[in-house]
Amino acid sequence: MNIDWNAFTPLTALAGGVLIGLASAWLILMNGRIAGISGILGGLLNNERGNRGWQLAFMLGLLAGPAIWALFHALPSIEINASYPVLIAAGLLVGIGTRYAAGCTSGHGVCGLSRLSPRSLAATLTFMFGGFATVYVVRHLLGA
Amino acid sequence: MNKVTISAFVSGLIFSFGLLLSGMANPEKVLGFLDLFGAWDPSLALVMGGAIAVGLPAFLIAQKRTNAILGEPMHLPANRKLDKRLLLGSLAFGVGWGLAGFCPGPGIVASGALEPGALVFVLAMVSGMLVFRQLERRTR
Repeated sequence: MNIDWNAFTPLTALAGGVLIGLASAWLILMNGRIAGISGILGGLLNNERGNRGWQLAFMLGLLAGPAIWALFHALPSIEINASYPVLIAAGLLVGIGTRYAAGCTSGHGVCGLSRLSPRSLAATLTFMFGGFATVYVVRHLLGA
Repeated sequence: MNKVTISAFVSGLIFSFGLLLSGMANPEKVLGFLDLFGAWDPSLALVMGGAIAVGLPAFLIAQKRTNAILGEPMHLPANRKLDKRLLLGSLAFGVGWGLAGFCPGPGIVASGALEPGALVFVLAMVSGMLVFRQLERRTR
């Protein structure tokens, strides 16, 4: 293993993680809801009565983040190097996969691990493995 | 707008700031973390660590309550099954995450920043969720 110390940003990563934890803690304690983004988006697509209000508000908060951030500070860089066909394939896999698994990095990874759920631990280990394996194949076997 | 709605907006906004600050909303940073066998950037392990350090006590409290602070019932997942749906779904998600460096939250945040690639990703992700919904309806 070869650590890229130039890219390593421990302080912002930790502080950002604390904010994500705070947002999840806020939603479960104030609203009694899991801050699982694929679940909230999937719920909106299902047009669940009684849930639309809070689900839409949470999504608007996520979407408004960059604009509100930009009022005070330059936005951090968002580098997207994947081509459109790859982004489309990735989006389809993420959309279908997270709904089958009933959760993603936020629902299983943050909220599920925080409540010590074995099911979420299994999901997290599996999608982490999928991510590591895919990058290994793409970058080191195919050399893309 | 009631308190429940405003509270959900606040949570989404803090979540968004967290994704931006941590580097999770930057696919190149995410791919640097997933590239275990290349020049590995371990930063994002600290995102998970920081989030769980705050989440753990909150969920311990939540599990002891029947109602949330704003009065709604506490909705904690009851499903405990480790089945094929969970594992194959998570695997497909992981492959997609590794292809583009986007998971759902960061994809939405980056499309809020009007990044064209993120908008394409999110449209495909929503389509995937609609495909899932159709498949589920058919099996019922």
